[in-house]
Amino acid sequence: MSVTTRRTRLAAAALAAITAISGLAACGKDDEKPAAGEKPAKLVVDTFGEMGYDELVKQYEKDTGIKVELRKTAQLGEYRPKLVRYLATGKGAADVTALEEGILNEFKPNARNWEDLAPLVGDHSKEYLPWKWELGKAPDGRLIGLPTDVGSLAVCYRKDLFQAAGLPTERDQVSALWPDWKGFHDAGLKYKQGSGGKAFIDSITAVSNGVLFQGNGDLFYDKEDNIIADTSPAVKNAWDTATSMADISAKASTWSPEWSGGFKQGTFAATFCPSWMLGIVSDNSGPANKGKWDVASVPGGGGNWGGSWLAVPAQSKYPKEAAKLAEYLTNAKSQVEAFKLKGPLPTNLEALKDQAFLGYTNEYFSNAPTGKIFGESVAKIQPIHLGPKHQAVKENALEPALRAFENGQADKAKAWEQFTKDAKTQGAF
Amino acid sequence: MSLSATTARPSPAAPPSPDVSRRRRRGRLLNRLDVKYSPYLYIAPFFLIFGIFGLYPMLRTAWMSLHDWDMIGEHTFIGFDNYTRLLSDEYFWNALVNTFGIFALSTIPQLLLALFLANLLNRTFLRAKTFFRMAIFMPNVVSVAAVAIVFGMLFQREFGLFNWLLSFVGVDPVDWDGHRWSSWTAISSMVNWRWTGYNTLILLAGMQAIPKDLYEAAEIDGASPWRQFWQITLPMLKPTFIFVVILSTIGGMQLFTEPLLFGNGNIIGGNQREFQTLAMYMYEMGIVNLNSAGYGAAVAWAIFMIIIVVSLFNFLLVRRSAK
Repeated sequence: MSVTTRRTRLAAAALAAITAISGLAACGKDDEKPAAGEKPAKLVVDTFGEMGYDELVKQYEKDTGIKVELRKTAQLGEYRPKLVRYLATGKGAADVTALEEGILNEFKPNARNWEDLAPLVGDHSKEYLPWKWELGKAPDGRLIGLPTDVGSLAVCYRKDLFQAAGLPTERDQVSALWPDWKGFHDAGLKYKQGSGGKAFIDSITAVSNGVLFQGNGDLFYDKEDNIIADTSPAVKNAWDTATSMADISAKASTWSPEWSGGFKQGTFAATFCPSWMLGIVSDNSGPANKGKWDVASVPGGGGNWGGSWLAVPAQSKYPKEAAKLAEYLTNAKSQVEAFKLKGPLPTNLEALKDQAFLGYTNEYFSNAPTGKIFGESVAKIQPIHLGPKHQAVKENALEPALRAFENGQADKAKAWEQFTKDAKTQGAF
Repeated sequence: MSLSATTARPSPAAPPSPDVSRRRRRGRLLNRLDVKYSPYLYIAPFFLIFGIFGLYPMLRTAWMSLHDWDMIGEHTFIGFDNYTRLLSDEYFWNALVNTFGIFALSTIPQLLLALFLANLLNRTFLRAKTFFRMAIFMPNVVSVAAVAIVFGMLFQREFGLFNWLLSFVGVDPVDWDGHRWSSWTAISSMVNWRWTGYNTLILLAGMQAIPKDLYEAAEIDGASPWRQFWQITLPMLKPTFIFVVILSTIGGMQLFTEPLLFGNGNIIGGNQREFQTLAMYMYEMGIVNLNSAGYGAAVAWAIFMIIIVVSLFNFLLVRRSAK
């Protein structure tokens, strides 16, 4: 056999193998959707963290006879890649999918991946916090998410450290220390003086997180989703407020080992606590510090950090029933039940007035009436348009630049330059 | 093929009965097919698996890199635009510099140390040889994530062991992830800790394959152990050394987990991308940013090309210096 023919044959075999493989990849397209009105045997729900649906789902099974499989993922970092894979390959997604704020915004430009819920459920727009309801809509107007919870903001502070530094410890008096951010900074300086130069807050990015959401207009994007990070007054305000706090900061960026270790070591006396952060604060501080933490209101009124929606992927075989399930999980009664079980803050106006919610106190945080504190903070949150890559701009442009300034790697002007430059690339979509 | 020529053709003088001849012909055909094609069958599983998990993803990545590819949306063909963008992308070059910096800091000391240790372990006077050989390989068995988390704690700014030790000699606490040099050092130390033992064992195996009589002859001629090392061990170790260098190069160019976990899982690797490696940049563009998957694929192909070039360069360098 000559060399050439053997080579040709090998090439042919290789080619055949490749076509076979790409054929494999191409086949297995989605089956047809079942006829309308057919009752599903089972619906799948995808959630991350703890959304408190365990009992609600059992009740739903009893009421409707439809089995519900609850798929929980602990970390958002693991959850997002899974969702992306489901959407990119067109299969595997649950019928009802929880979408965190950053993910929802990122998915919005490709809204056709999601069912429009408006025709599938009744009109509930008046029953929820208006801004939260609006954020569930895609640019093309379709409703892709029903509101679940918000990350309403408060300040967690260490009573014992405050006392040692000569600051008041009662939560009302503490809240009165900082009607605005200037007051917060002054309190920080007083603490620094009284404690022999110790840091007051964990990091300045925690401050920027708090300020950004206080509703001073558009943030990184305008209403038409043009990037305006470098000119937006709200962003500049958050930047200036955050950078002014560098002298009272422990330079321990959120989630870093310095940060989680700092709770036990008391390297900072206060931090910004969205409602879901309370559990993280108590875990990091440990049982030894129980009763030393308390919760006060946030400077400048309300604020928000995080929160989610329930959506139905377009690939769901039972969009109608899935939408009904999402509707059930987000109604007033369910939101109060979920709050009692795992603590996500309601967004349903009726649930926010519920006595079981308002009367709730947190034992670890010196029995602070967290239901009331967070509930009041929720009412003050202003509607904000976030834009598609809000999360990426915040995490990979704004916060690194702030940290570079905080750690003395760049002066204020250089850091701002770094931010505006990165905001353009991170925000492109 | 030469094999088929050895089977004699049936003699035309005595034609066998049609039945027997058919059976014999069929046997011969099977035999010939067996000889010709079964080797391909034997090696097929590797190529099939390589095709599915190696070749296909590579070709698919190449195809993606020619598109403006949104992971969950539109795909538009744009030719080589992604590659043009790559050439003028400041952060790509930044990642390239970081990768080579960390690579140099981890590979060079690591291989020198491995060579030294292997030479030591190769000595005849050493007791409990097997124990030492096993012990030196242990770090490689530990999972990368565990290594990265423990080293991350050691290199902490506030409560880290290294800053505590430095405080005894009067050095101010170092913000390890705040500077290029310090973050590179920290990350390289993880790589070194994990891979020195592995390379030592490979080099040791290479050393043991060197015939003992060479050393005996050198000894009789009065060569010192140092001279023996330079004139016998090193030249004879050349092929093993090339292998180790190329393996380290591939690993170094793909460095991902250590720098990622060192920076608390932040994909941009430091506030000013001080330690973002190429693999991290590829992940940022291709996986984290949903709308630039095509660009991420272009970065992946760039890494592939760089590995090939660097490996070739290493190969030539090691071969020439060993001559």
